[in-house]
This record gives sequence, C-alpha cells and structure tokens, in this order.
Amino acid sequence: MNDLTPDRDERVANLKGLGCSRKRVEDARFTQGKGNYIDDISLPGMLHGDFVRSPYAHARVKSINTDAAMALDGVIAVLTAKDLEPLSLHWMPTLAGDKQMVLADGKVLFQGQEVAFVVARDRYIAADAVDLVEVEYEELPVLVDPFEALKSEVVLREDLDGQTEGAHGPRKHHNHIFTWEVGDEAGTNAVIDDADVVAEETMYYHRTHPCPLEPCGCLASMDKVNGKLTLYGTFQAPHVVRTVASLLSGIEEHNIRVVSPDIGGGFGNKVGVYPGYVCSIVASIVTGVPVKWVEDRMENLMTTAFARDYWMKGRISATREGKITGLHCHVTADHGAFDACADPTKFPAGFMNICTGSYDIPIAYLGVDGVYTNKAPGGVSYRCSFRVTEAVYFIERMIEVLAIELNMDAAELRRINFIRKEQFPYQSALGWEYDSGDYHTAWDKALAAVDYEGLRKEQAERVEAFKRGETRTLMGIGLSFFTEIVGAGPVKNCDILGMGMFDSCEIRIHPTGSAIARLGTISQGQGHATTFAQILASEIGIPADSITIEEGDTDTAPYGLGTYGSRSTPVAGAATAMAGRKIRAKAQMIAAYLLEVHDDDVEFDVDRFVVKGAPERFKTMGEIAYAAYNQAIPGVEPGLEAVSYYDPPNMTYPFGAYVCVMDIDVDTGVTDIRRFYALDDCGTRINPMVIEGQIHGGLTEALAVAMGQEIAYDDMGNVKTGTLMDFFLPTAWEVPNYETDHTVTPSPHHPIGAKGVGESPHVGGVPCFSNAVQDAFRPFGLRHTNMPHDHWRIWKTANGLGLHDT
Amino acid sequence: MTKQIVEMTVNGETREVMVEPRELLIYVLREQLRLTGPHVGCETSHCGACTVEINGKSVKSCTMFAVQAQGAEITTIEGLGSPDGLHVLQESFKEHHGLQCGYCTPGMITRAHRLLQENPNPTEEEVRFGMAGNICRCTGYQNIVKSILSAAAEINSASEAAQ
Ligand code: FES
Ligand code: FES
Repeated sequence: MNDLTPDRDERVANLKGLGCSRKRVEDARFTQGKGNYIDDISLPGMLHGDFVRSPYAHARVKSINTDAAMALDGVIAVLTAKDLEPLSLHWMPTLAGDKQMVLADGKVLFQGQEVAFVVARDRYIAADAVDLVEVEYEELPVLVDPFEALKSEVVLREDLDGQTEGAHGPRKHHNHIFTWEVGDEAGTNAVIDDADVVAEETMYYHRTHPCPLEPCGCLASMDKVNGKLTLYGTFQAPHVVRTVASLLSGIEEHNIRVVSPDIGGGFGNKVGVYPGYVCSIVASIVTGVPVKWVEDRMENLMTTAFARDYWMKGRISATREGKITGLHCHVTADHGAFDACADPTKFPAGFMNICTGSYDIPIAYLGVDGVYTNKAPGGVSYRCSFRVTEAVYFIERMIEVLAIELNMDAAELRRINFIRKEQFPYQSALGWEYDSGDYHTAWDKALAAVDYEGLRKEQAERVEAFKRGETRTLMGIGLSFFTEIVGAGPVKNCDILGMGMFDSCEIRIHPTGSAIARLGTISQGQGHATTFAQILASEIGIPADSITIEEGDTDTAPYGLGTYGSRSTPVAGAATAMAGRKIRAKAQMIAAYLLEVHDDDVEFDVDRFVVKGAPERFKTMGEIAYAAYNQAIPGVEPGLEAVSYYDPPNMTYPFGAYVCVMDIDVDTGVTDIRRFYALDDCGTRINPMVIEGQIHGGLTEALAVAMGQEIAYDDMGNVKTGTLMDFFLPTAWEVPNYETDHTVTPSPHHPIGAKGVGESPHVGGVPCFSNAVQDAFRPFGLRHTNMPHDHWRIWKTANGLGLHDT
Repeated sequence: MTKQIVEMTVNGETREVMVEPRELLIYVLREQLRLTGPHVGCETSHCGACTVEINGKSVKSCTMFAVQAQGAEITTIEGLGSPDGLHVLQESFKEHHGLQCGYCTPGMITRAHRLLQENPNPTEEEVRFGMAGNICRCTGYQNIVKSILSAAAEINSASEAAQ
C-alpha cells in the first residue's frame, strides 16, 4: 500500500452502501419532468378507450344500443359483454378465487360498474361516444349494509345461485362469501367468560381508497405480424399480470411482454387486475393497433380497489392487575360486489390474525365473514401488509377500551402485556412466529422522548381548566404500539393465484467493474434504484453509483411477485444480497487464482479480496471483474453473473411506538396536531433518508384515513365521495412536522437483517391519530367512536357527551 | 369540431397548435407539444399535478382551455433548469428527498418557483400555505417544505453575493 491508497473508511464511504443516506438516482429525471408514466407513453396510431359505466348500484341491463356511438366519426369499436363472451372474457377471475364481470353481463352490481368499452381516435371522441351509448336499466333493490345483505332475500350474485361452496369453504347465505376462522373459539370464550375484567367494543373501520396521485391505466399493443402482445401499465406486479394475461387470452407467455414504466404511487391500488386492462388487450387484438386506457379520478375512486370496510367486534379479558388473558374478534367484512381482495390465497382476510398485536395473549380467536354488497370490489391493502392496518387498529383500540375498563393508564397497560424480548421467536395464539423484537426498550424510549408523564399532567390541568370554563379546547394523547408482518412468502404459506410469493434478483458484473441488477419487484416511489444498489454495493464491493437497477420489464427482469405489502426489501432485498454473495463466492476464486494462493487464503475487504494477513496483496473487484471476462482461469467459467430466487423462511416483523399530541376545539371539532413522535424499528437500515421519507408519507396517509378520508355510499348505493372535493387528501397546510426516531432489532433470518418499513407508519399511525381524538374525550366518558374523525363527527361526539350544554 | 390556431410562447419558444375549442391546455401541452412533465391527477383543479406558469401566475392547466392561452407566455417544468444543470429548486428537492414517485413533482416545483418569485423569503407557514394547492400522496410534505426553504435560502445568498 502506498500513500495514494485510500484508507478503509474512505473505501467504505465510496461504496455508498448499507446505512448511507445516499441521494436518489431517480430524482434527476423526475425533477425535470422526464419521468415516463403510463399516460406519457404514446405509440403510433394509438387509440383511446373509455367506459360506459352504470349509474345504478343494482340493476338489470335490459338492452345496450351502440348504433349512435358507432356512427360517430372517429369511433372504431364499442365492446359489450356480448363481444367478449365468445372469447370467454366477459368475466375474469379475481385474485381472491372469485370472478368478476369485465363488462356488465345482464346486470350491474355497483355504481360505476363497467358496461361497455368505447374505442376511438382520441380521448374526446371516446368521451362523446360514451354519452351516445344507450343502456336501458331496470333498477333492483340495493344492499349497501353487509348485515342487511346477510338477511336479505335479494340475491346479488345470481351467477353463484345455489352454489353453497365458495373458494374459501361453505357459504351460509346467498350473499355470504366465506367464513374464515383461526384459533380456539370455545377455549377463548371460556377464558373470557370467567375473567375478572372484560371489555367489549364494536368498531367500524370505514371504507377508504389508496388514491395514488396517478390513476391506473394501461396501453396494450398487439403486433399481429410477430404475434406479440406488449402491455404497458401501472402494475405493482408486472410478472403476475403477464401470467394472468396469458391464462386469460391464450397467448403463450413468451409472446407477452409486460412493462411497468414509472409509477406515480401505488399504495395497493395498482395490485389488482381491472376490466380496463382486459378491454384494452381485447381492443388491441381486434383493431390491430395500440389501445390506451387511463382512468380518471372519479373512476379511480369509484371502481378500482377500495380498502378496509371491516366491522369488527371484540372482547378482551384481563386480570384485575391488567394482564390480558384472552381475545375474541369477529369481523363482518364488506367485500362489495365481487370478492377481488388482493390477499394470499390461504388468507381470505389477509393477515388479520396478527390482531393479537404486540401483546402476549395466551388464547385468542378470530372469525371473519365475507359478504357481498352493492359496492365496488377491491379490498386491497392500502399502504399495509394484507389487512394488518385493520388488525392493528382493532387491538390498539381494544387496549384503550380495556384501560378504561380497568381504570388504568393505557401506556402502562401496554407495557405489562408486551411480548418480552427473551420470548422471541414468539409463537402467537393465532399462528404466527414473530421473528424478533424489543418492545419495552422502544416503548420506554418513546415515552421518555415525549415526556409522557408531563403530557398527562398538562392534560389533566387542561381538563380542569375546561371544567372551570377557562378553555374550550381539550388535549388528546394518542398512543399506539404496532407490530407489522411483512414480506410474504414463505411460498409454503403464501401464493397468489397459485404463484408462490418468492422474489428474485439477477446481477451481471461488466468487465470494467460496473454492474446491472434486475429484480422481480417494481418501485412506485420507494426508490429501489437507489436502495437496492446500496445493498449490492455492500455485498459485492462495487460502488452503488456504478450499479444500475432495473425492474418492471418482464422480458428482461427475472420473475417475481412484485411490490406491495412491504415485501420488496424483505424478499427481493434478500434475493439481492444472496445473488451478491454468489458473485462474491466466484470473485473469491478468481482473486485467489490471480494472487496465486488457495481460495481460503483470501478474504473480502470492502471492495477487494486481500490475502489473509497480507493486506498489501489484494485484487479489487474491478480487477477481478476484468479477469473474469478476459483471463482463462482453470476450472472457472468466464463471466461474472448470478441470479437468486429467494423464498423467505418467515415474514419479518417490524414494529414501532408512536405518540400524537392533539388539541381539539370542542365547539368546532377542529383538531390541531401539536406533536407527532414516531419510533420505528425496521431492523437494519439501508438508507435512513429514504426510511424517513417513507415514514413521513405513511403517517400522512394515516392522518388522512383517521381524520377524514372515506368512500361513503348513500342508501341507493351512490358514491358520495367520488372526487377530490369530497375525498380528503391532506395538503401541506393540514400536515404537521413529524419527529422520527428508531431502534434497530435486525431480523434474524434475513440475510442483511432488514425488515420492511414503507407501511409501518400507516399501520401504526391510524390508531395513534384515532386514539388521540378518543383520549381527549375519555375524561368525559367516551369509550369509542368510529373514524374518520372529521370536524363534524368530532363536534357530534362533543355534543353527544354534553360538552355544548351551557 | 372545427379547430383553430393558437399561438403561445412555451418555455421561450413560439409554438403554434391547432386545437378544438374544448381541448384542455394540459392535454395540448402533453399530447401535441409532448411536454409530459405536467401531469394529470384529477382534472378538477384539486391536485395541482398539472401546474404550469402562465403570464407570471401559477395555473392548473386542467382548468383552462388551450384557446384561452392565445398569446400567453407559458413555463412548464421543462423550462426550468438547463441542459447542463438543474434549477436550484430541482437540486434542492433532490438534496432533501422532496419527492418519491415523482408524479406531483413537476407541478410542485413549478408552483414553488412562482411562490419564491412572489415571496423570496417565506416562512415555513407561508410555504405550507402557498403550496396548499398541490397535493402529494407520497412525501407527507415535510421534505418538500424543507426543499423549498433551502432553495429560497440558497437563491437569496447567491443574489446577496452578486450585489
Ligand atoms: S389535474 Fe389539474 S389540478 Fe389535478
Ligand atoms: S412524490 Fe408521489 S405524489 Fe408526490
């Protein structure tokens, strides 16, 4: 080594590997308006598709007359179910084992349902033609309440009439979809019935929508000359889309190329397969030219992918000292007109059975009944792993209600029930094996950071001042402690439509020592091009700046199940590390050969292999890469490439502790979030800057859901919140500054110890905001009130508690 | 429908387009002029993804017909920065992680650019209020606000140094 050799720290810094707040490589493009989103793609001769949609929530379709529309100049085709039927594409399978109408087949089941697909020269003509399609409807009774639906004579899904067995077992009623049960119901009931203290509560987790800023869309291009179909689209799982497209269309999978270009946010909205995709493909096959379909905001909110809509009934029991002894949960799940939930096949209610939360609960039971209603299909995981948001909201509310019942501080109640550090790996009563955690440390750190005692004192003083008539604002302290479960697989448990939920990475090192890696996932803003290069940089000693990450083109990327449920880092991130290790193993052999020593006599050091005990003798990864391609090495194939398909042994279990301090004006219902502290533990931290960004974003989506965002229906099944006028998306003005913090408990089974993080803040944030509102009114006797806590509902709560009485 | 000619100056260049009276400016910019930086997030003037600058004002270009832009001076995100470098705001958004999926970003930066012309030295509150017409679903705004405040400081210190 000479003076010019950079020291080790410098070499590490140069890699921009794990743990470094590397600036994002995506941003130069995006900040200049050079992103390439679906609607930016234009192909020669491209036509535009648009839907005729049902104004009714439940009606028979008597007739469809397309003559006037077809007569309009510039209209190429109008497709109805009749046109799709010969291809067997008027219905399509859903991700949940049900089927869904692509275009109305005799009846419509929700407002906004697709009735006919117009294909025209431009988007304006298409919209004109939509108006010219004449549809005659006969209205039918509408069911928007799942409890009513389970009692009603009205049959929503006539296609399933007489079918007593569904994809997930027996159906109890013609509007019933499935019953899913986990745990020991009799045992749980026995414990609860005998308990010292029991708290019961029913809560409604309202229907909402992920509403990414970019709506869903696709562009299908069938090349009749070579028989190849190219499908561009806003797909969170492009490879799955290819397989599904092949199964549906009969086109062989090698003749289909699916490309997810830049995606303008997903949050679960872009996991599903929508009628627009099927119609665009058919239209392109029929017309022989590319056909684009991009939904508008109303279509997005009304038809593609709602989230939540869970009626949850809980019973929780404890000893007088506050030790929880049992938990019973029943959910009535409103799935809308078709069961299109995006959950792994064996989990019709997703991972709702994580509802024992972060607590050591010896016995528990969960039962979920899925129900059809006249609402849009969907049931996606909006910024959470499958139904985990619902589960965490449920348990974090039950804890608060139990604290009221016990007349105990809710922070203390949590502390005495947390799973202890030495209990990990922990087997939960409902079947999960929590991989790792240190909840007490996180909780204590969070409470100390906000001066919890001080806050409680201030709150008590405020209540006194309020009672004396000196103030009209109350103060709420929202607490939440969550455990997420992210990173599906393992393949043995988790599949979607039979496809195991592994993920993949393929790496090629170029002769001059730079690299390209391709993954089966797809970024929608998470910054994969930046962070996956960091994982690799640390694994293979090539600077992140010299590694290109590519995703989303099924012709080039290895097969993977895509990005949702925070699975990219736990699964594809692991595949990346494993593929990197294969590269390193081969590099070691090459280095040893070049250094004329035995394989075992060299060791990896940041960006090179050195001879053990003689660090001045080394070969850099650059030199090794060059030799891999240019030197004949006995017994070693030329080239330096690797691929890894990773089937995780378990999920990862990120966790966190959140505290929200909120002032509430009792007379107007207006809330002011004074402080929000978020401690997250996502194991090994790859890029702290990106993690923080994810937390800010997830908390803001949590704020939206807890404080106002909903998809509401009237009794006729009309969507009342179909535009951004009524559907709450917070602006910079409503959003506070967040304080972020962390502890690090690496996942023991993940190659680099990382866990997912993108969804944690949403999962933990919703109950935290909600608990803050409810906590403010606890001194006045409030036990529970449903979200969203908009000003009007808060005012009503205050009013109901008599706080407006003079 | 009959088309008419509209002439406007876009990012410093005179451009002529043939449009129907009902065509929205955003679609003419994106589809005829291929300026795909401004995006469509709602078409109801709520989200701000389509924000451009017209005659010195921030305008949501989905709210305006292209024919109304006759003779107008328009700047889109493509008009900020230069081939050899990013604009201070673009740089600052990158530096402070003021974007994730990037869909809101062109509108956000174009709006911020105007905001800083109107108020070169804003407080955090003024930034939050001044940006309230632009929705971001990814970032939670904290880093957007930070990016804008830092860009303002940088522009101000550069102009002080020039004096
Ligand atoms: S697209 Fe113009 S404001 Fe949303
Ligand atoms: S960065 Fe995705 S909407 Fe703002």
